[in-house]
Amino acid sequence: MNAAAALLADSTPGQLLPAREMMAFTLASHIMLVPFGVALPFVTLVMHYRGMRKNDPVALLLARRWSAVMAVQFAIGIVTGTVLSFEFGLLWPGMMGRWGDVFGLGFGVEAWAFFLEAILIAIYLYGWRRLKPRTHFWLGVPLPLAALMGAFGIIAANSWMNTPQGFTLGADGNPVDVTVRQAVFTPMFGPEYWHFVVAMFLTAGYVVAGVYAVGWLRGRRDRYHRLGFTVPFTVAAILTPLQFFLGDNIARQVFQKQPIKFAATELVWNTGTHVPEYLFGRLQEDGTVKGGLKFPQLDSILAGFSPDTQVTGLSSVPAADRPTATQATIAHWAFDIMATIGSVLILLALWYAWCWWRRRDLPASRWFFRSAAVAGVASVITVECGWITTEVGRQPWIVYQNMRVSEAVTPTAAASLWTMFGIVAAVYVLIFGAFLTVLLKMRTRWRLAGSGAAAASVDPPETDTPYGPRAEHAAAAPGAGGAPGSES
Amino acid sequence: MTAVVVAWILLIAIAAYACGGGVDYGAGFWDLLAGGAERGRRPRWLIDHAMAPVWEVNNVWLIFVLVLMWTGFPVFFQTVFTALWLPLALAAVGMVLRGAGFALRKPTKRLAQRRIYGAVFAISSLVTPFFFGTVVGGVASGRVAPGTTASADVWANTTSILTGLLAVAATALLGAVFLTADARRFGADDLVGYFRLRAWIGCAMVVAVGVIGLSVTDPHTSYVHHGLTHGPGLFLVIAAAVALAVTAGLLAGPAAGYARYSSVAVVALSVAAWGVAQRPYLVPTSLTVQQGAGASAPLQWMIIVAAVALVLIGPAVVLLYRLDTHGVLEPLTDEDVTE
Ligand code: HDD
Ligand code: HEM
Ligand code: HEM
Repeated sequence: MNAAAALLADSTPGQLLPAREMMAFTLASHIMLVPFGVALPFVTLVMHYRGMRKNDPVALLLARRWSAVMAVQFAIGIVTGTVLSFEFGLLWPGMMGRWGDVFGLGFGVEAWAFFLEAILIAIYLYGWRRLKPRTHFWLGVPLPLAALMGAFGIIAANSWMNTPQGFTLGADGNPVDVTVRQAVFTPMFGPEYWHFVVAMFLTAGYVVAGVYAVGWLRGRRDRYHRLGFTVPFTVAAILTPLQFFLGDNIARQVFQKQPIKFAATELVWNTGTHVPEYLFGRLQEDGTVKGGLKFPQLDSILAGFSPDTQVTGLSSVPAADRPTATQATIAHWAFDIMATIGSVLILLALWYAWCWWRRRDLPASRWFFRSAAVAGVASVITVECGWITTEVGRQPWIVYQNMRVSEAVTPTAAASLWTMFGIVAAVYVLIFGAFLTVLLKMRTRWRLAGSGAAAASVDPPETDTPYGPRAEHAAAAPGAGGAPGSES
Repeated sequence: MTAVVVAWILLIAIAAYACGGGVDYGAGFWDLLAGGAERGRRPRWLIDHAMAPVWEVNNVWLIFVLVLMWTGFPVFFQTVFTALWLPLALAAVGMVLRGAGFALRKPTKRLAQRRIYGAVFAISSLVTPFFFGTVVGGVASGRVAPGTTASADVWANTTSILTGLLAVAATALLGAVFLTADARRFGADDLVGYFRLRAWIGCAMVVAVGVIGLSVTDPHTSYVHHGLTHGPGLFLVIAAAVALAVTAGLLAGPAAGYARYSSVAVVALSVAAWGVAQRPYLVPTSLTVQQGAGASAPLQWMIIVAAVALVLIGPAVVLLYRLDTHGVLEPLTDEDVTE
């Protein structure tokens, strides 16, 4: 660390706080949509396939409805994602200026993948009516692959920030001799990618199933709800135990490759063996832990399968090079919440598997459906917690051990950033609120239609619905007679 | 060498976004001016239909531009996003509002709410290209240099403002031209004349802003101005002007559909003229393409990725636009999602 950088590190610029808050807020919002962007096409295609093969109108109806939801969700995902790209420049120009060429390639792959995804999704969403059913289905099949490729790009970039490599530092501190393969396939890439991808499918599965679990609890026990619940829930339940293993694996990778982050997520202060595991609890400035459940030796055992495993502690590096006590506590809680929810979800999956194995039927208990309804929300929370673990645990580094967050931040005045953050927050609240409202409205409309109430009674008379079939002839379009738009 | 190739790819991506995104923004522009709910109902109906399947795809060009910038020319990216902070931040907000407004307007049934979403969509369709334009103008004006911090002067100067207005005018032109063709495609004959008139208005706007822009010389802008009025830059400007005249002419005749191609040529040629005029600089006159280029290995890979992607995506894009222009793509209706 040269003197100038050390000096920089000491002075925390005022822009840092708003920049971080804004990044965290916009990422946390975007990530709520990502499971659906990545996995909803897959879940929908599974349903679609079932509908086609068994000639099942209920399954096809579900697939069409999920497509209608996807159309809106995809759009919101795109705009919130584009904001993130802007923020790289608006908030962290220092990082991009120095490292953009080293880790940018992942984003290059991601952008092309999104392109493919946007094209295919447009064809899939708008192809229901006119394309031949087979053609339509097969044009949708590459969608999950494109989504996996997009995730590849993003996770490549993020894992590079966690375990940067693929360059040497020149005399001026700038990277030279970039090796692309090393910069893309960093040590954390594999563990992060698989854990992430499975998280996305699992979350999408539980959320979609959760919607039908609620319907089930309210007494709608028809085949429609049964199917809408079973298909996504089965996908998610199969993945849950797998995710537990992947989570255990990624934790051990963090232990080996980002020891200080591991120390933060496990509240380890002094380097040593026979390190205890804390469930929750708060790290104090002096290194003691307040509250929480203490399990002697367990942390060493989990990290290296033996109580003699040595675990690096936070105090092994200077205070300026590690997360603060508060940050460590945040990362620790996030990690513990994730692991707890992950473990509880396994019980739910086992319950389901048991009933299926014994009776070939869904569990009868209302408690099962209550838990299933909660599982969707819980897995979204888990995803958020996972990212908080990753990002907060990395502090104060934006590029682990190579660049501090404070060196990367924009010189733009804090006041401008706070204002911008305020605007963005307000806009996001409105957009997500409107998004939810639209979804709920759709649901109500479908439910009323399903229960036989005339569609007309749902919509107030003022409704205008210019979104009927795309009219071949203007006669079918609204207002054709009056042609109010024509020049007069 | 690699850097120059990537710089050209970047320029092509910018041109593609200016054209693809421009058509969309232009549709929003005319949505804004379409009048009250009753009077504007038919034009808005057409705008919605024409845009729906493709706007997400058009938006991706913007992502490319950003990714190419920070991977290919990291210092350039840092410089632009630091010096032109405010217009970029505002453009980002505008883009969010616009996408969300459009996406949410569709499934909303109540007129009052549709109006709100529609207004948000339309106003931000005007604001966003304006700010993107000021950013281009800010770069071209030579007021940006590595290390420049954000200030109003960088983008609120004559060149920037005029470029912003030119961007709006260009989107208005593109939008109206495409809508004219769409009106014919959907058999909405009454709207053909409606949008044709607006396309001519767009032509006039582009001419007016362009002429003012080229005649008002700002001492800061001398490098780019010289490039636009001499040699290959001038040639491209003239070509753009010719394409504009062709567009206006085609609109009058029976082959108005071809005006789409010529209007795209107007915008693409203008972007090309700007790029050529500021050669060899990324930021005239402080950062050249060579100085701003990132490490060479990623640059080479960027080109490889782009080539592979072209093979994968080229056919998909063609398929999408073909299906779309043949009317095969249409949104699900209420009957499709009810039993
Ligand atoms: C439904 C989602 C879900 C579930 C059930 C789990 N995780 Fe997770 N986890 C994620 C969703 C997630 C995530 C959001 O996808 C993260 C964020 C970054 C990443 O790659 O995946 C993540 C990150 C993440 C990290 C941080 C990696 C880093 O800093 O680079 C660790 C150590 C774990 N997880 C460990 C676990 C363990 C031990 C679990 C035990 C059950 C677990 N996860 C369940
Ligand atoms: C800092 C991090 C991130 C950035 C800069 C980012 C950027 C973007 C951008 C620019 C888009 C819009 C693309 C388009 O216009 O088509 C987008 C959408 C999307 N993002 Fe993110 N993203 C980030 C985090 C993530 C993560 C962690 C994932 C996980 C794979 C992800 C997955 C997606 C997906 C699947 C979409 C498509 C839209 C959708 O399906 O909802 N993003 N993102
Ligand atoms: C999509 C899910 C993600 C979430 C929810 C998330 C969460 C967060 C949070 C909470 C912070 C603030 C940390 C702090 O202030 O202590 C942060 C910072 C940041 N994250 Fe992530 N992150 C995600 C993925 C990514 C990805 C994929 C990238 C880049 C490829 C990324 C890049 C950054 C950057 C540049 C910062 C700012 C610097 C910093 O504070 O570390 N994030 N993120």
